Amino acid sequence: MKYVVLLKQVYDTETKITLDANGTISNSGITLIMNPYDEYAVEEALRLKEKGEGEVTVVSAGGQQVQDALRQALAMGADKAVLVDSEGADLDEYATAIILAKAIENIGFDVILGGFRAIDDGSAQVAGRVAEILKVPVVNVITKLEVEGSQATATREIEGGSEVVEVSLPAVFTAQKGLNEPRYPSMKGIMKAKKKPMDKKTLADLGLDNDQIAARVKPISFSLPEARKAGRVIPGEPGQAAAELAKLLREEAKVI
Amino acid sequence: MAKGIWVFAEQREGQIKKVTYELLSEGRQMADQLGEELCAVLVGKDVAEMAGSLGEYGADKVLVVENEALENYTTDGYTNAIAELIRQNEPSAFLLGCTVTGRDLAAQLAQRLETGLMTDCTGMEIADGQLVFTRPIYAGKATVRAACPEARPVMATIRPNTFVAVANAKTAEVVKAAVDPGNIRQVIKDIVRQISERPELTEADIVISGGRGIKSPENFKVLEELADVLGGAVGASRAAVDAGWISHSYQVGQTGKTVSPVLYIACGISGAIQHLAGMSSAKCIVAINKDEEANIFNVADYGIVGDIFDIVPVLTEELKKITA
Ligand SMILES: Cc1cc2nc3c(=O)[nH]c(=O)nc-3n(C[C@H](O)[C@H](O)[C@H](O)COP(=O)(O)OP(=O)(O)OC[C@H]3O[C@@H](n4cnc5c(N)ncnc54)[C@H](O)[C@@H]3O)c2cc1C
Ligand SMILES: Nc1ncnc2c1ncn2[C@@H]1O[C@H](COP(=O)(O)O)[C@@H](O)[C@H]1O
Repeated sequence: MKYVVLLKQVYDTETKITLDANGTISNSGITLIMNPYDEYAVEEALRLKEKGEGEVTVVSAGGQQVQDALRQALAMGADKAVLVDSEGADLDEYATAIILAKAIENIGFDVILGGFRAIDDGSAQVAGRVAEILKVPVVNVITKLEVEGSQATATREIEGGSEVVEVSLPAVFTAQKGLNEPRYPSMKGIMKAKKKPMDKKTLADLGLDNDQIAARVKPISFSLPEARKAGRVIPGEPGQAAAELAKLLREEAKVI
Repeated sequence: MAKGIWVFAEQREGQIKKVTYELLSEGRQMADQLGEELCAVLVGKDVAEMAGSLGEYGADKVLVVENEALENYTTDGYTNAIAELIRQNEPSAFLLGCTVTGRDLAAQLAQRLETGLMTDCTGMEIADGQLVFTRPIYAGKATVRAACPEARPVMATIRPNTFVAVANAKTAEVVKAAVDPGNIRQVIKDIVRQISERPELTEADIVISGGRGIKSPENFKVLEELADVLGGAVGASRAAVDAGWISHSYQVGQTGKTVSPVLYIACGISGAIQHLAGMSSAKCIVAINKDEEANIFNVADYGIVGDIFDIVPVLTEELKKITA
């Protein structure tokens, strides 16, 4: 079985966001982490592989610094990594998906896993788009996955509940929290990871030219919203304060 | 020439989702400014009778696709049917609510049509004759305005509660469309619904959330009682979810749900940046926390420093009187 995991490196959630001189998001002084939802995807691929046999490849499109996140996945137990260097290209989700799909075609695949959403500027669409390009079915926001031969059964979150969906492989699945508890890389894992293959590819290596990955969506302007201001603390005994709050919500804020 | 603004009329079990009406109301204004038609797309099995309300909220036309195979939402079934409809009619824009279904469908459809998609938007405007969308990024720490200048239709999913639904008692022309749901590769084996009288968290006008300060699963009852008096939904911080007091589907924040209610009451929640990411677009925020230094007070419109269990029950009683 060939397991492929789509892995995005994202800004750490604590990162302070600033704009640079061009008015775009500045990337100075930021810490980068593996997208938390992709950690679930890596873990799931490893568990599936450990039940039988196969190979787990992690794939990313991004700059050279993405190697850190890929190494982390290798240290967790993935077998090899593919990094498509897209540094400097203006990619939207359409373009990113085309690049990833091309890379995956070269690797071969039975099960493709990704996060359901990237927590930075993510939009919950890259993995679904990859499925569409590769002409395989997708099951999004899954919290459980079972693979039997060439059939997979996934439980996915829907509003107000869940549903159980069956698909034939190959297929794409996107991970939601609850799918598993990702392991931490062991010391041994980290040592081993250094020797595992990190295949670096350029867009040209994949046979992609600029026309093929022309972004559909174009940003116009970025801004930093004004922080919310602290309001009013209502003084008094608990009962008094609660009564006052009820009144203010009705008469001043007019929200009830 | 692409023409028409389309809105996905999301329905579940015979109920149109509120976000659909919000999109139609705002879409109406955009359509008028652009001189285009506003059209709702209603898909399912035996759904035609729901078409009436879509006109009331502004649709000129309702395209109804009815098919046995479309009774339950599947990525393939809906994508196949709507993609065909879009190819036949070439609308200039297609808007969906940013719900589990809207998100799933939008991504698939956008790639099928090789077009651009902006997700979880909190604003829509017309600039230089084209639709421009605003979306929060980096957990709401920045916003981007973006457009899809060439490919059509331009697609966007809009966060529920972004626009106000306004009824204007119009009637829409209802047109039945026969399109093929094609080969559906996702086979639904089972659907499990949590029975709840409360509104869906992401769509609720009022959300009452509990954090680590709630201390036990049973104590969520205190918040549920308040939620029920206000017709609101219950949410939680990750600390409460990780402690196993409530299921992850209630988590609000960067790795949970994004909510945009009129009123958000945070009880025993410290206000970590990842939690704020999921609720800072609420119109009015109330914080109840015994630590006056808690960060949540820096974003709250109203705060009470004190114990949840002293304050919330009284608040519930007071609100019961007021709203009676
Ligand atoms: C990658 C990542 C993603 C994350 N995603 C999310 C997310 O989606 N959502 C989320 O919420 N968090 C998320 N977190 C976790 C976040 O950083 C905080 O740890 C979490 O929000 C804390 O929850 P809390 O406020 O309930 O708990 P605490 O921070 O422990 O705060 C509890 C508060 O309750 C108050 N309190 C205690 N008892 C009482 C009482 N009896 N009456 C009144 N007040 C009381 C205390 O004063 C305190 O302020 C994420 C973290 C990371 C690293
Ligand atoms: N540049 C990328 N490289 C690899 N995988 C990605 C990339 N962008 C997105 N993905 C995958 O697609 C998922 C959803 O991302 P997004 O659509 O950006 O929210 C992520 O969790 C990843 O699994």
